[in-house]
Amino acid sequence: MKNNKPNRGLALMQRLALAPYSVWSVLFIVVPLLFIAYYAFTDSAFHFTTDNITRFFTATSEVADGDGVKLVRTYLVIFWRSLRLAVISTLICLVLGYPFAYLISRAKPKTQGILITLIMIPMWMNFLIRTYAWMTILQDTGILNGLLGLVHLGRVHIIGTESAVVIGMVYDYFPYMILPIYSVMTKMDVRLIEAAHDLGCSGAGVLRRVIWPLSLPGVISGITMVLIPSISTFYISQKLGNGKFYLIGDAIESQYVANNLHFAAAIAFILMVILLISMAFMQRAANKRASV
Amino acid sequence: MNKIIELKNISKSFDGEMVLNNINLDIYDNEFLTLLGPSGCGKTTTLRIIGGFETADVGDVVFMGERINDLPPHKRHVNTIFQRYALFPHLNVFENVAFPLREQRVNKNEIKERVTEMLKMVALTGFEKRSVTSLSGGQQQRVAIARALISRPKVLLLDEPLAALDLKLRKDMQQELKNIQKAMGITFIFVTHDQEEALSMSDTVVVMSEGQIQQIGTPIDIYNEPKNAFVADFIGESNILDGVMLQDYRVSFSGHEFECVDAGFGLREPVDVVVRPEDVDIVPEEKGMLRGEVTSVTFLGVHYEIIVDINGFKWMIQTTDYEEVGAHIGLYIEPEAIHIMKKSEYSGMFGDYSSFSMELDELSDAESELGE
Amino acid sequence: MKPISKVYTALIMIFLFAPIAILLMFSFNGTKSLSVFSGFSLHWYQELFRDEETLGAVKNTLILAVSASLISTVMGTAAAVGMDKLKRRYLRAAMDVVTNIPMINPDIITGISLMLMFVFVGRFFGAATSLNFGTMLIAHITFCLPYVILQVLPKIQQMDRSLPEAAMDLGCTPLRAFFKVEVPEIFPGIITGLIMAFTLSLDDFVISYFTTGNGFQTLPIRIYNMTKKTVTPKMYALATIIFFVILILLLLSNVFDANTAQTIKEAREKKKAKSKEV
Repeated sequence: MKNNKPNRGLALMQRLALAPYSVWSVLFIVVPLLFIAYYAFTDSAFHFTTDNITRFFTATSEVADGDGVKLVRTYLVIFWRSLRLAVISTLICLVLGYPFAYLISRAKPKTQGILITLIMIPMWMNFLIRTYAWMTILQDTGILNGLLGLVHLGRVHIIGTESAVVIGMVYDYFPYMILPIYSVMTKMDVRLIEAAHDLGCSGAGVLRRVIWPLSLPGVISGITMVLIPSISTFYISQKLGNGKFYLIGDAIESQYVANNLHFAAAIAFILMVILLISMAFMQRAANKRASV
Repeated sequence: MNKIIELKNISKSFDGEMVLNNINLDIYDNEFLTLLGPSGCGKTTTLRIIGGFETADVGDVVFMGERINDLPPHKRHVNTIFQRYALFPHLNVFENVAFPLREQRVNKNEIKERVTEMLKMVALTGFEKRSVTSLSGGQQQRVAIARALISRPKVLLLDEPLAALDLKLRKDMQQELKNIQKAMGITFIFVTHDQEEALSMSDTVVVMSEGQIQQIGTPIDIYNEPKNAFVADFIGESNILDGVMLQDYRVSFSGHEFECVDAGFGLREPVDVVVRPEDVDIVPEEKGMLRGEVTSVTFLGVHYEIIVDINGFKWMIQTTDYEEVGAHIGLYIEPEAIHIMKKSEYSGMFGDYSSFSMELDELSDAESELGE
Repeated sequence: MKPISKVYTALIMIFLFAPIAILLMFSFNGTKSLSVFSGFSLHWYQELFRDEETLGAVKNTLILAVSASLISTVMGTAAAVGMDKLKRRYLRAAMDVVTNIPMINPDIITGISLMLMFVFVGRFFGAATSLNFGTMLIAHITFCLPYVILQVLPKIQQMDRSLPEAAMDLGCTPLRAFFKVEVPEIFPGIITGLIMAFTLSLDDFVISYFTTGNGFQTLPIRIYNMTKKTVTPKMYALATIIFFVILILLLLSNVFDANTAQTIKEAREKKKAKSKEV
């Protein structure tokens, strides 16, 4: 004999509460992603085609090479460049950010709070303005060169090079690397480090054998949070690269502006797939660590 | 005395595991009843079924003659004191206590009157504007009591309310709760795993284990006449032995025949025998009905706890007389001190006093197996 | 802290704050140069307040941010309540994944995906322009929702379950128990979520870029258009103002953190009680 009436009203109410979001999330999160696939695999008359995808892999363009020109696969070059710059930026963020996160986690609680807040402040500056400010700093006649001139260190030409783009990306995503690593480090039991010292480990040894392995989940999280936006960024390359380096994000945007929606979707689709694969790898790496 | 709540054939499972197995219980008006048992025995589930927070899979919950299985908690004339009091942190003391009255749309003046009265009863006058999170455990307890009693329920359910208090405060609150119950004349249903608490406060004790009621009775009955080995072991300390009922008023155990005060068992029926440690007298060896060697003596302040090995079975004796380890002593047991119980599924589970806990029992069993 | 740590921290801070300092400094620049500072002036701020288009964009942005944050907070809170009670594991996992998608996906993917859907649906219904305020609102609500849920759900999960039970025990219907007891408990999470949604909407560029029609200009889009032409410190003035608005909002949301508010209150009470004893 099932006696469930007093709780049935409550359960119904709870299910109703979730309904709007369930519908919304399917309609506006899941379905649009399907639309990317749909547009990617159709032509302007909406007939099925793989032309858009193949165009990504086969389109060529002429590029200056020394004295003459050479033919390169346009979008593969763009993709490779995006990947390269993203990886470089991520590595720089990691190398600079890991020690910094460690530093913060060992500071007094009050100091920790202040430092973390300070790190997050640049995130509130508008993305476009951030980029623009870096432009003025890095210009040939910009602030950096002005300062260098003051101390007679000669000028540097950064704007319009890949380095400028990397600087822009590192600046944008640096906090996203620090926060997860810091978060894991603060949760680390101090007594583990004390135990390691007690058992004979030096400072470096503790870092290598205790702290680094335990902070790995944070590191992986940080890498994910920097790599993925870095690959798909646009505008930074246009402004800091003086329009000389197209990244995947720029490619998508320019196709959109030219109203080549299907090709834009194709590029986006390929980007999505690549990101999915790399996230799956990250998950496996994270899970492997967890089971160790 | 009227029956106020009846539980008939209540069973409940969680995730395929049976938590309550055919519970039948009558609860009376103006009674302080305690559900007592170890964790997982089902006492809290029983309480929650009465309160309406869980529903029984099988069986009926009857309140003053009416079946209330389908009645939601807010419609039942039963209020609950939760384990961690569940005071509303965003309301002050006054508003917490007034909460049920506001829900019933009682008018402002009456609310003020009744809240003041309740706060007086729990000795918290003057605390009206205090925030509940700034109160001590004992004070929070009393706010919870005031809040639960202000709407004059017929029954109050208390879910291990004293567990979080320290010892001396707990003893005081035990007395206070008892006084409040007597003063208000309503039924208190109290859940605890602390048998001393149950014995000191209750009119009726219901001992539960593994989803079943083992025994219902007054504290004195439960203590002096446990029905089976579980109750005997759970309440107080007991020496539980295998015995044979030779005939009415005569039992044999530990290789000796004893006069006892129980009858009504079958001829030569195997039974469980219970002798409480405080009921055993130590006498010179020659004069003892049983003889053995003292293996350990622990001073507990109130008395000595002496473990005696009698034919391989370790007894516990509580006495104010000191005996040396290794001494050979005799035991004298009066007929009234021997209590006979029928054999049950719990017979043989509780061993002797070579260890106190089940864990150590298992360890030493494993050891002896390895030794063989 | 060891000296080398201090030096390292200082260097990092210089790196992080250089552009911000430049931003602030040059918004007060006397000339329209962006790299040479010559004298303090409020000229650009004044120009800003005379710029009709920018003021229009401010209005649009506010309308959009307020609507998006309110709607996403209500829907997100309801969703968190429902998600908390979900029993079946695969449903729960599915909801978690779907909720995480907008947070993990790069903005450009979210923006493009929504744009394609809107364009397609628009064409299907024969509309001339399929991207407008409505589509932007939908897009903003969509990317705000996960962050609201992320703030509210933990508060619900951490809440003492016996509180709503106590309310029902004392006579509240489940619905009243929710509003009288649960909502006050999770309120800090709701407010934090609301503020977060508001700042996310205020500052969004990429997704807005792809889902706006020609008419509806938000501030970030206005800034983008400004950067396409010659740039004056007026843009910096605008950015400075936005920056401080967001700063204040986020500081406010920290104040709403239940823990800080509660500990402050308790400390005050304990002080009062102590002084009474004396």
